[in-house]
Amino acid sequence: MPRQRRLRKVVSPPKFKGYKPYGAREQKSPQEEELLYEEYEALKLADYDLMNHAEAATLMGVSRATFARIYESARRKLARAFVETKEIRMAYGNAEMDQDWYICNNCYARFTIPEQVPNDRCPLCNAENIVSVKS
Amino acid sequence: MKIVITSMSDSLTSTFDRRFGRAAWFCILDTEDEAIRFIPNEHVNASNGAGLKAAETMGELKVTKVISGDFGPKAKQLLDKFGIQMVMMDEADILIEEIIERLNHN
Repeated sequence: MPRQRRLRKVVSPPKFKGYKPYGAREQKSPQEEELLYEEYEALKLADYDLMNHAEAATLMGVSRATFARIYESARRKLARAFVETKEIRMAYGNAEMDQDWYICNNCYARFTIPEQVPNDRCPLCNAENIVSVKS
Repeated sequence: MKIVITSMSDSLTSTFDRRFGRAAWFCILDTEDEAIRFIPNEHVNASNGAGLKAAETMGELKVTKVISGDFGPKAKQLLDKFGIQMVMMDEADILIEEIIERLNHN
């Protein structure tokens, strides 16, 4: 029995489902690289929000060392995808969202549904076609 | 019910601001009396914690829904605590009046 993984807190889901290389000189690799939500979040916190690892680790609810490992694996996956012209696909992984986010398939707005606002429609365009981001 | 939209300036024809804590203006829609007000964001140039302060402002105003481009981690936590609905839009060049129109079509 491996030790249980603590869930990593992810503030909000990425805005895409994946990335595709184009104009590759050789055949695009048929495989794809699976980037987990928590890896995306680690990369975002460290290299986009420019936080130091200690701060970012606290935010994600893991130790600094674990954060560094997640961040490293994110970088390596990106590097592999670039060098081997693989597609990158987002996968849910061991993430725990602070809130449940939903996305509207009509206007693509992403939103939360707080308990006080019981509503199963899009808050912007009122479409019924909304899905939870976790799916 | 009060809805806040982050805005670049203080008119209906201004562009939607995709920042929350550092948005220039907040457009407040009151659905009860159909009033539309604009208030400047006092913390637009705060060195840190702009998102937190903006979220506090939302709590004080008793807002139900905030429409912006993205929310920082601290602002998210606080808005969630207040039970305020967060809506994120990726459209960059949309005008405030267009968003209001979309809301009114509900």
